[in-house]
Amino acid sequence: MIQGYGFLAPALLIILIFFVLSILFAVYLSFNNVDLIAHTYTWNNFKNWTNLLTDKQLIRALQNTSFFALIVVPVQTFIALVIAYILANKSIQGKKVFRLVYFLPTLTSSAALTMIFMFLFNLNGPVNGVLQSLHWISQPINFINDTHWTLKIIMVMNIWSTVPYFMTIYLASLVDLPDSMYEAAEIDGANVIDKLRFITIPYLRPITTFVLLTGIIGTFQMFDQAYIFSGGTGGPANSTLTVSLLIFQYAFGTNNQMGYAAVLAILLAVIIFIVTRIAEKLNGGNGIR
Amino acid sequence: MKKTKKQKVLKSLLYIVLIAYAIITFYPFLWAVAASFKPLSEITSGSMSLISKHFTTEQYQYLFSAKSGSMFVTWFINSMIVSVIGTAINVFLNTMAGYSLARLSFPGRKQFYYGILAMMMVPAQVLLIPNYLIVKNLGMLDTFWALILPAAINIGNIFMMRQFFLSFPKDVEEAARIDGLSRVGTFFRIVMPLAKPSIATQAVFVFMGFWNNFLAPMLYMHTPSKFTLTLGLQVLQSADQGGQMWNRVMAASILTIIPIIILYILFNGYFLQGVRMDGEK
Repeated sequence: MIQGYGFLAPALLIILIFFVLSILFAVYLSFNNVDLIAHTYTWNNFKNWTNLLTDKQLIRALQNTSFFALIVVPVQTFIALVIAYILANKSIQGKKVFRLVYFLPTLTSSAALTMIFMFLFNLNGPVNGVLQSLHWISQPINFINDTHWTLKIIMVMNIWSTVPYFMTIYLASLVDLPDSMYEAAEIDGANVIDKLRFITIPYLRPITTFVLLTGIIGTFQMFDQAYIFSGGTGGPANSTLTVSLLIFQYAFGTNNQMGYAAVLAILLAVIIFIVTRIAEKLNGGNGIR
Repeated sequence: MKKTKKQKVLKSLLYIVLIAYAIITFYPFLWAVAASFKPLSEITSGSMSLISKHFTTEQYQYLFSAKSGSMFVTWFINSMIVSVIGTAINVFLNTMAGYSLARLSFPGRKQFYYGILAMMMVPAQVLLIPNYLIVKNLGMLDTFWALILPAAINIGNIFMMRQFFLSFPKDVEEAARIDGLSRVGTFFRIVMPLAKPSIATQAVFVFMGFWNNFLAPMLYMHTPSKFTLTLGLQVLQSADQGGQMWNRVMAASILTIIPIIILYILFNGYFLQGVRMDGEK
């Protein structure tokens, strides 16, 4: 018995402090005015919560975050599925090489990836160079500082870097799909697209639920890229302001409103929970068993 | 089955998709590598060639030379220290907790198990602010402990290790006990070595998590000489506001990726195993 507790104790201690205590602390903070310098927490009558209703920044952040998730999640899931479907084809040669190459972005930190993309898309960067030499544009586009483009570049980067991970997950479970199902379909005259639609996609439905949920959680929490792209400001003109970035600004930036930031964090958790539930239902799955 | 013409066309089409996607994945890296060997003037002139006209390693020399005032090597070592120590502690605690939950009997085991699982649902944002305050109150701000301690366990991996130990043959342990080993002795000398593949799988991912983390170092570290690489990259990038030293930033980015690529090549099988386990959760 003592051994049982002994083996569990260190992990439990960390969980108690950095999870359980933290959650209670977060709820407590959400009802208080926090002054870090004077080290005081003062009850402020739900003011943090009522502030939610009038926060224009929050509305902007929610719009950006939802738009981001709405495009990125379906696109990355679809591309991952198609590439996995092709790679699972038994007669394709050089799978190992393809996998190694595809996996590169997943290995790379979001910080390094963001640097690479900022370089590629900078005013004098290679992307502008290519577009100009093809005469698709006459003036270089300021991808990083143009409100119209910045978030979209981050979307491209996000899709590009998460596809390989989800593709690998799909591939792993495609191994278990019995060949006889494809063969039977072929005899019935099914072509490649039919097989994908009527066999592979239904077969992978539970995995798709997992991919969707992971994707939604990831996109709603997007922080690193937006932070690095905008130098922490969420600019230009709030175009890259995500909810996570806003939480960070309120808690640790010049705004210095930790109590309100805690409210935003709880709100984000609730939103993620609801959205993942809806996605689960829409996909017709019963969640992950 | 004889291949029809249609099938051949189809197969080449599949290769075209695969190769096109490989190029899309690989080209940004190639561009980054190419840029790191170019003088800045060549980059800003809008040259998009992969081969530099004036090949130079000056940025790499800059990053590694002590005279230039570059802190790259310090950041690299910091990242290594945090990732290695963090991974060791994390993997060790997960394994012990998983073993305890799977194998040892004590009152409340089930409740602990479900309690720990429930914590998996809590998103990082909710924990971010209170964790910061706790770390601050523990006096760990601006120390490596701030990066290691809150991340000292991984609930998903505790779960994974529990599953592993549930299907672990009991008689091996019993034999060891008959030979006179204590429970702790059995754990360290018999159980841990036999769980190596499982441990290696999680170690690879945990290491990557520490190595690639950006938010925690940014939050907790204030002294530039204690920064980790991810944070250092951002410093390099924002250092020269006027004309950005893209070649230097690219050289540093490439160097940041290399350890993980080496890890990937060494533990290729473990990587895929880990992904597979996630997928089957």
